[in-house]
Amino acid sequence: MRFMLLFSRQGKLRLQKWYTATAERDKKKMVRELMQVVLARKPKMCSFLEWRDLKIVYKRYASLYFCCAVEEQDNELITLEVIHRFVELLDKYFGSVCELDIIFNFEKAYFILDEFLMGGEIQDTSKKGVLKAIEQADLLQEGVWGGGV
Amino acid sequence: MPAVSKGDGMRGLAVFISDIRNCKSKEAEIKRINKELANIRSKFKGDKALDGYSKKKYVCKLLFIFLLGHDIDFGHMEAVNLLSSNKYTEKQIGYLFISVLVNSNSELIRLINNAIKNDLSSRNPTFMCLALHCIANVGSREMAEAFAGEIPRILVAGDTMDSVKQSAALCLLRLYRTSPDLVLMGEWTSRVVHLLNDQHMGVVTAAISLITCLSQKNPEEFKTCVSLAVSRLSRIVSSASTDLQDYTYYFVPAPWLSCKLLRLLQCYPPPEDGAVKGRLVECLETILNKAQEPPKSKKVQHSNAKNAILFEAIALIIHYDSEPNLLVRACNQLGQFLQHRETNLRYLALESMCTLASSEFSHEAVKTHIETVINALKTERDVSVRQRAADLLYAMCDRSNAKQIVAEMLSYLETADYSIREEMVLKVAILAEKYAVDYSWYVDTILNLIRIAGDYVSEEVWYRVIQIVINRDDVQGYAAKTVFEALQAPACHENMVKVGGYILGEFGNLIAGDPRSSPLVQFNLLHSKFHLCSVPTRALLLSAYIKFINLFPETKPTIQEVLRCDSQIRNSDVELQQRAVEYLKLSSIASTDVLATVLEEMPPFPERESSILAKLKKKKGPGAVSGNELEEGKREGGELNGAGERPGDSSAIGASNAVRLHIPTHSLNYDIIYPPPPLFQSTPSPSADLLGLRSAAPVSAAPPSAGSLLVDVFSEAGPAAPAAGANDDGFLRFVCKNNGVLFENQLLQIGVKSEYRQNLGRMYLFYGNKTSVQFVNFTTTLKPVDPLVEGGAQVQQVINIECLTVFSDAPLLNIKFRYGGALQNLTLKLPVAINKFFQPTEMSSHDFFQRWKQLSQPQQEAQKIFKANHAMDTEVLKAKLLGLGTALLEKVDPNPDNFVCAGVIQTKAQQVGCLLRLEPNAQAQVHTHFPVRALGLESRPLGVSSVTTLSLCVSVVHHSFICNKCL
Repeated sequence: MRFMLLFSRQGKLRLQKWYTATAERDKKKMVRELMQVVLARKPKMCSFLEWRDLKIVYKRYASLYFCCAVEEQDNELITLEVIHRFVELLDKYFGSVCELDIIFNFEKAYFILDEFLMGGEIQDTSKKGVLKAIEQADLLQEGVWGGGV
Repeated sequence: MPAVSKGDGMRGLAVFISDIRNCKSKEAEIKRINKELANIRSKFKGDKALDGYSKKKYVCKLLFIFLLGHDIDFGHMEAVNLLSSNKYTEKQIGYLFISVLVNSNSELIRLINNAIKNDLSSRNPTFMCLALHCIANVGSREMAEAFAGEIPRILVAGDTMDSVKQSAALCLLRLYRTSPDLVLMGEWTSRVVHLLNDQHMGVVTAAISLITCLSQKNPEEFKTCVSLAVSRLSRIVSSASTDLQDYTYYFVPAPWLSCKLLRLLQCYPPPEDGAVKGRLVECLETILNKAQEPPKSKKVQHSNAKNAILFEAIALIIHYDSEPNLLVRACNQLGQFLQHRETNLRYLALESMCTLASSEFSHEAVKTHIETVINALKTERDVSVRQRAADLLYAMCDRSNAKQIVAEMLSYLETADYSIREEMVLKVAILAEKYAVDYSWYVDTILNLIRIAGDYVSEEVWYRVIQIVINRDDVQGYAAKTVFEALQAPACHENMVKVGGYILGEFGNLIAGDPRSSPLVQFNLLHSKFHLCSVPTRALLLSAYIKFINLFPETKPTIQEVLRCDSQIRNSDVELQQRAVEYLKLSSIASTDVLATVLEEMPPFPERESSILAKLKKKKGPGAVSGNELEEGKREGGELNGAGERPGDSSAIGASNAVRLHIPTHSLNYDIIYPPPPLFQSTPSPSADLLGLRSAAPVSAAPPSAGSLLVDVFSEAGPAAPAAGANDDGFLRFVCKNNGVLFENQLLQIGVKSEYRQNLGRMYLFYGNKTSVQFVNFTTTLKPVDPLVEGGAQVQQVINIECLTVFSDAPLLNIKFRYGGALQNLTLKLPVAINKFFQPTEMSSHDFFQRWKQLSQPQQEAQKIFKANHAMDTEVLKAKLLGLGTALLEKVDPNPDNFVCAGVIQTKAQQVGCLLRLEPNAQAQVHTHFPVRALGLESRPLGVSSVTTLSLCVSVVHHSFICNKCL
């Protein structure tokens, strides 16, 4: 996978993860261009499209679009399920996740994604395996720090 | 603001995010951010005793600001500090910041690497994973240098925790992708392969990505993975849906791992071991069978996961292309999907069937679905699905159904989406040409194309129709009649005018017998369109008019009248004006005979691959080309894997700083003189003969004509250069000449045309893609070029050269591109040697010897006695000496066997006059005495550089004489 983007229906980027070195300027350009393409598509259209030399696999969950760019030879359907599994992980962690959770706890969203995908490849497909790492960290955290600003 | 569900709510951060969200305008947001940045900066600067939590909070805020799209130029140090915290979340935020905002600041990288090193050796699995994530996220070369040796050890160590192994495998993969040279698997290979047997499914899932990538690069070393993968796959496929617990996804056992295993197997040919192969075929059959079973769940996730495996299995079946039974079953399965209610499945079925169409075993089976596909083209609501349908029609087209498919595509074109029209046009054009039985059908089809979608008919398409009409005399009359009729339409597309103008200009005579299309009628028809056309079309029409004068003398007065009018002869466009003036003059001065010769019918074009095909490949990549071409592409790719990559550094023009290369501000323009199709024209250049290897080459070593710059490096006149790894050979060939093939291998041919004048030179480099597959990321160290080089296409580069001072090493040219995924890297010497800057000098015998004698000091002379490698043919020697760039002085040396030459080497710093004398030893037939004497012409004393020049000259000349490829 080359990159993953999460953006809202209003075109606000909520999460971006790049798995190949890309210049900031190019990133911005690609994000803008891709959001335009994806947001213009109608609900019943297929979830795959060719874009530049990549394949885009996207899916909408409530107000958020999850969008992955994969290589020509990658499997589209399994990529759709990568997205779904990521959503499930977020859901499980936040407890029925909504866009606000991802905005206010963006760092957690990144951590979860990192535990799930690394270098653009799946690290573990087991929900338990992924969440164990995150929850461990939370436990560690609560023991150390008591709260307050 | 939602309550933070778990973990470490940073209230300050949440407040800040809320504030940002509440900002009513962009300005307010920026104001709020600047306020925050100032606050953070003062906190970082002021209070030395910032505690870990505050540091974490501020770093996190900076990260948030960065992710909003603002620049962040501080905080890196604080983030690095967090890395060494022993509190997990502080470390975690530090790593996140580094991963997202890594700066190539070397000082910082060292600190980061230190922190990572500590965490890797901490034996705390959570810390190790964080460190590995950071390496994988940054993936820079520095990190690869620091850790590529360590990570394989972690990966295979017996006491490494599973979670760390998973991270290590993928981290290594990332490093391998960025710096393959630094990741040496050697001793670890077999242990890594055996991770496929690991008990922990997560470890296998992570490791297989690494193994697949490594296998693609070194299939031989990793081939033991095939049998392991087959047995793993077989265990998964035959397991019940509950066996794998958490690795079962919506009742599908381990879908990700299954897909990856099937993908890994696609790196290899079918297993040779009968038992392994039998087991694999069984797996594939089971997967196909399962597709027919009723679903275990109504959830789309279930069907997606199941079908993901199915499509990957079909991809493997197609890859093997050896099991007719499986291929046909795959085709039938896809046939069912063609009418599935899920758009995604229809899309994928069309796409997958496209590759099936190229297999001889399943081509016929695919063809049976033609009606469904045509229907999809007409009724699908999603343009990307329609495009897949068009691709499939193209792929399944053969002689038996070409007329039907072309007709369907043409009628679809009338309503097709703008985004895919150009591609459709190309496809129709290719199919029409490829499967044309009678060429009148072909001509009709192309003219229809222009009529329906003229705007999308690219140059290649109309060039091609003209090329074909010119090459086939059986269709010329029909073509003339058809374009004549097409031009009758009141509004016709400019491309139609171009084709019409060209064809009537060539073959208008074939229909001139009919009074309805008499010469004058034809001319008036064309001229009625003239004013509506753009400059290039008008230029073409002017050329058609002059051809008319030749074909039909009776039109001469009318046409001359037209040419003479102010709007032509005083046209503000230089090209049009020039044509009008020249054609007018030509028609009034030249005799009929001369006119007939000048304006003779175009000779047939050399047959070669249609450039339309190349154009289509550019649009679509290899997937769109039909079966056979695809196969060829694959085969070439196979041969090149491994062999293609060359070691060596990628240094730019490093060797010589004496030669300065700079890039002209304007690019080379083809001078397109009627008749135009430049893509097909192989211009016989006067220097073309120099390319020949024949020793009896005519002494046509004339200075390169500045006229025709268009050298067709693919023309057969060129020597078949050996596929050498480097181009020393190619380089030597250029000592005595300026044009030819610099380099050639199976993929790429580089042609050079160059001209020199005093200390300046200009070089045209032509990079020709010999394959049918595009090169991507094509870069050269000289100057940016279009990063895509289409199959069969040629790109060119113009460089200006200035010789600043005497130099010995040729500048280097580094070329990189990707062919079928494999990086190709070439470093070549540019064919620039010091002798290129020779200006010939004529002088009399008296002058020559007077100067020769003056130059008698030891440092003013260099000489070499060497063996002539082949017979000393006077004419060949002369040609070589002329090619050297000096003036060959005839009748100067009293000994008629000797050759003397004179020239001045021009550099920016100085000019060096050189006298050369070649004394073949006729008796021995093997030795040549070759002294050169030189003088710094400017008032400088003869210094080091002159001496260098001398020895350089000698060595250059020497090379040129021992190298039998020089002429």
